[in-house]
Amino acid sequence: MKETEQQMPKITFIAHDGTERTIEAKNGMSVMEVAVTNSVPGIDADCGGACACATCHVYVDEAFLTKSGEQQEMEKSMLDFAENVRSNSRLSCQIKVTDDLDGLRVSTPESQH
Amino acid sequence: MSQGEPQSIVVAGAGQAAAQALLSLRQGGYTGALTLIGDEAALPYQRPPLSKAYMKGEFEEERLYFKPAAWYEDQKIELLLGTHVIGIDRAQREVQLGHGGHIAYDYLILATGSRPRPLPVPGAGLEGVHDLRTLADVERIGPKMVAGRRIVIIGAGYIGLEAAAVARQMGLDVTVLEMAPRVLARVTSPVLSEFYEAEHRRQGVKILTSVQTARLEGSDGHVTAVILADGTSLPAEIVLSGIGILPNEELAKEAGIACSNGILVDRDARTSDPQIFATGDCASRPLVHFGRSGRLESVHNAIEQGKLAAAAILGLPRPAEDCPWFWSDQYDLKLQIAGLSQGYDTHVIRGDPATRKFAVFYLKNGTLIAADAVNSPPEFLTSKKLIMAGAKIAPDLLGDTSTPMKDIAASAAA
Repeated sequence: MKETEQQMPKITFIAHDGTERTIEAKNGMSVMEVAVTNSVPGIDADCGGACACATCHVYVDEAFLTKSGEQQEMEKSMLDFAENVRSNSRLSCQIKVTDDLDGLRVSTPESQH
Repeated sequence: MSQGEPQSIVVAGAGQAAAQALLSLRQGGYTGALTLIGDEAALPYQRPPLSKAYMKGEFEEERLYFKPAAWYEDQKIELLLGTHVIGIDRAQREVQLGHGGHIAYDYLILATGSRPRPLPVPGAGLEGVHDLRTLADVERIGPKMVAGRRIVIIGAGYIGLEAAAVARQMGLDVTVLEMAPRVLARVTSPVLSEFYEAEHRRQGVKILTSVQTARLEGSDGHVTAVILADGTSLPAEIVLSGIGILPNEELAKEAGIACSNGILVDRDARTSDPQIFATGDCASRPLVHFGRSGRLESVHNAIEQGKLAAAAILGLPRPAEDCPWFWSDQYDLKLQIAGLSQGYDTHVIRGDPATRKFAVFYLKNGTLIAADAVNSPPEFLTSKKLIMAGAKIAPDLLGDTSTPMKDIAASAAA
């Protein structure tokens, strides 16, 4: 691996079976896009990030909940009706990657449907 | 029955259905040769943002791609981009390529999509007249979308109205022409039509309904005006045509595969030739929750049929057939549509359209068949489930905003 001056934020995805995968994410992308382009299982993102389908649901490590940004009304409302929702549920298409998210751990639910 | 494991699967087309089929085939354990043939030059990409955020130039092309180039290499998928399939030899099980050569298949998935219905008026070939379907279309239109310019959009369907919203937000002078007496006439109820028409007018879009475009006028080969049947001349630097799409079914038809407004498929997305599947916009499929067949032009449909075809080819259990759903973004309005409203006999409005947050439910013989939800995810998500369950619900209850959707769902299940 080449050493770069700008460290990219690292995000760890934890699958339902406990398997972990850490990916260097590009600032500005959504956590959903990072997952999909890197073929992280468990995130479908059928609508491609339009906050229209609730199939990119993840659980965010409590320590990062605030840093992951505030939920907009649409996201809150979508999550209210998703399956297996917890207090740390987010739609990963609505979380933008920033330096602050370096070390973020998100887990995926058993199913998106 | 096929003999043993397939050795070669070919996907013709490179849109959402094609991308899903590739993914599901590999996820399903298929390790044989897998070839995607697409006539566009770009890697398979998402089309919905073309008439929304991408048209505004809000992000770069790479972010439209379903997967980066490395994924295809990693998955050992051969990509033949910029390549046309010109024929199918069903006896030899080969597809013929435009630049010569052919590829053998054990299974062929037709994901050929659709194309814009051509504007049937003189002058449609002038420069400055565009369709909105491909990345190349947006590349041509994008640089012309300059504040103050005049754009005339022919057709007030979802694509036309989404483009109108983007153009207006970019400061263009926008006129939308519609042949029918109301916008979105083909796809939704008068309630929604009226709401969106009022919204666009409020945003400064001029909407002319019940008008017929007679011809386009130009100067030096470039469009200058749209002329209506009554002689009205609407000056324009840009004309965008959004008058519907036609299924790309010709390949199948010429090969003798059954077609009727789309390539006819069964619940597994299989055509009349058991080695050939058809998915997405080009396919006419059984709509299991609605007791009829039809073609759906949507992301959900493309994804679902991609999964169905892959599962059938690999002999895996049939994936769930979900309630059809759609969405449209215009201004700050997110419209989420569950089900298919065609043939409804009763509609109920929940909430007040003036608050920009409301839903319209559609029932047939007392059964919920569809819902249009504007900025209202609970109504949308609940409706999807109720429609799949074939739930009968009292219209008054649906319209009663003091009863939360969760309670309505619970009462329907009881």
